[in-house]
Amino acid sequence: MPQDPIGAGSGVPEVVPEGAGGLAVAGTGGGPLPEWTPYTVTGGAAALIALLLAATGSFSIVLMFVLTVVISLPVIYVWSRIAEGPRRALDRLATLSIVAAFGIAVAPLISLLYEVIKRGTARFDSAFFTESARGVVGAGGGAEHAIVGTLVITGVATLISVPIGIMGAIYLNEYGTGRLRRALTFFVDVMTGIPSIVAGLFAYAAFAVFLGPGIRLGIIGSVALSVLMIPIVIRTSEEILKIVPNHLREAAYALGTPKWKTVTRIVLPTALAGLVTGVMLSIARVIGETAPLLVTTGVVDSLNTDPVSGRMQNLAVYAYTEYKNPGVMKQAAYDRAWAAALTLIAIVMILSLIARFIYRRFGTEIR
Amino acid sequence: MEAHTDTTTQAGQILAGASGGSRRLGDRIFSNAATIAAVTILALLAGVAIFLIVKSIPAVTASAADLPEGKTLVDYIAPLAFGTVLAATLATIVAVPLAVAVALFISHIAPRRIALTLAYIVDLLAAIPSIVYGLWGIFVLGPAFVGVLNWLADNLGFIPFFTGPASVTGRTMLVAGLVLAVMILPIVSAVAREVFSQTPRRLEEGALALGATRWEMIRMTVLPFGRSAMISGTMLGLGRALGETMAVTIILSVSGVVSFDLVSQSNPTPIAANIALNFPESSGVAVNALIASGLVLFAITLVVNMIARVVIARQNLQ
Repeated sequence: MPQDPIGAGSGVPEVVPEGAGGLAVAGTGGGPLPEWTPYTVTGGAAALIALLLAATGSFSIVLMFVLTVVISLPVIYVWSRIAEGPRRALDRLATLSIVAAFGIAVAPLISLLYEVIKRGTARFDSAFFTESARGVVGAGGGAEHAIVGTLVITGVATLISVPIGIMGAIYLNEYGTGRLRRALTFFVDVMTGIPSIVAGLFAYAAFAVFLGPGIRLGIIGSVALSVLMIPIVIRTSEEILKIVPNHLREAAYALGTPKWKTVTRIVLPTALAGLVTGVMLSIARVIGETAPLLVTTGVVDSLNTDPVSGRMQNLAVYAYTEYKNPGVMKQAAYDRAWAAALTLIAIVMILSLIARFIYRRFGTEIR
Repeated sequence: MEAHTDTTTQAGQILAGASGGSRRLGDRIFSNAATIAAVTILALLAGVAIFLIVKSIPAVTASAADLPEGKTLVDYIAPLAFGTVLAATLATIVAVPLAVAVALFISHIAPRRIALTLAYIVDLLAAIPSIVYGLWGIFVLGPAFVGVLNWLADNLGFIPFFTGPASVTGRTMLVAGLVLAVMILPIVSAVAREVFSQTPRRLEEGALALGATRWEMIRMTVLPFGRSAMISGTMLGLGRALGETMAVTIILSVSGVVSFDLVSQSNPTPIAANIALNFPESSGVAVNALIASGLVLFAITLVVNMIARVVIARQNLQ
């Protein structure tokens, strides 16, 4: 079987009649390059550059990546242009550029995860999870108060957002008609774009109108997070409710079941796994928010579990303040900031993984 | 699908209506609850605007002497708005070409088997909290970029963007813009990918059958088909970049100047960063001024997002 010379894939036979006017791909000589050419050239260039960099003692992965791209792209282009003609050369150039762009996009993720794990583990110890920052000036101390605060604030936000969000989704999918439905669809999408700091300012302003200026409470932060969370819950829930098969509803109606019972006993249980997945993903999205909490819940060093009284710390703001006001022992504070960042990323990752697992394991019947 | 749902809805209502009163009561309560939730959500969005306006009024009526920095409200917010737009524009310019390439890679170039995994990896970028991006930007990317900044200032200093003198810490608009670009890349790429993968197969295979290379096929069918998705994705990304707070707050060493210089250590202040930096310590009418600047930010992002959504809605109609 002949190799697919331009990598067109998708099982389309390569039919290029000789002398087909402007569409002829054949180049001036040599014929199509073997399939391994791009891999060999980039691999060879990478190895060569790595050796050269190591020899000059300035090895870095980033530099190697950049130089490999800069060198191998023109080489492949020129080689392919000579052997296969300008059109295939352009195709190879475009394909390789796109692959390189993907590499560039993923590189920050790898670097970020690597650095967070490397720098975060220094203080990722038991004291970090069991002590507060009360009275801590130099090294030591922990983020127990911030972790508890994060859980309380996000928990209250979830309690506010989930009923409203799921009922809103039920409205959109089961009841809504006409203008209200169209308006809700449009503005929920618009709401997903509200800057998080604006959500924080709104919650502060709303509470300040009634409770006076300068107010800082955990619950204000929860309200701010709800503004960010409701659109996510409603969006994902609506998608899930949409794929509940209509024949289930029709069967229920045919048996004389009232609509509200059909929704609560048939539609919601069928969609349960998907709904839980959506809620967990929305929690993962807001649990790392900093800006709205910075302006609503205040900063405090000791444990507070009451969302309606007094300031409340949380992990993201804790990481920010440890970085911003490191105090006398800078490195100790930075270590705590990185440990908080690592904790946050771990929570987000675990939530996303559990959400995916639930959907895979229990969400199968409606897919 | 839509019409089908409506018929079943009507059938359900007729059946429910035909039977006893208690059933009708249950239905009425439940459908009212759903409607109330819907109205609550719209009221919440309206509430965001209303409360921000109410709390901004004292700053609008206050005299310049009472406001922060002794400026009038417009003079106070204008440079901040400039900083916001500059950072977001820079991020969008960097992110959009990359995001389109990533979307093409996942939808048309990567092997089908691993495409979903790759998409998941790109989406992970969106799951990382912004505070972590901020720490990464200031401790890792910034210092790594000092050499680049110096090179830009030394060799391209004649371009207004790179006048210099280059920052020695890497806390510059350029680094902040790059971090923002990484943060908005997943959303732009997700919107583009969604539509790229819906390109009609007959167009793609028609192009290939005529002897087009894969790149020519992409350029002639996929990109034109996905044009409005690229526009709306760009607008959504821009909206995100405008409102993103913590990363720019941490990375920029703000000084409130109005300058296009991307590599120096005195940077314009974006609105969001200014709020995050000053809100915790402010009191009195200064708080109202900050809320007024937040209202401006809200208005800008609202317009950008609404344009994006209108473009998407129009494209879905076609």
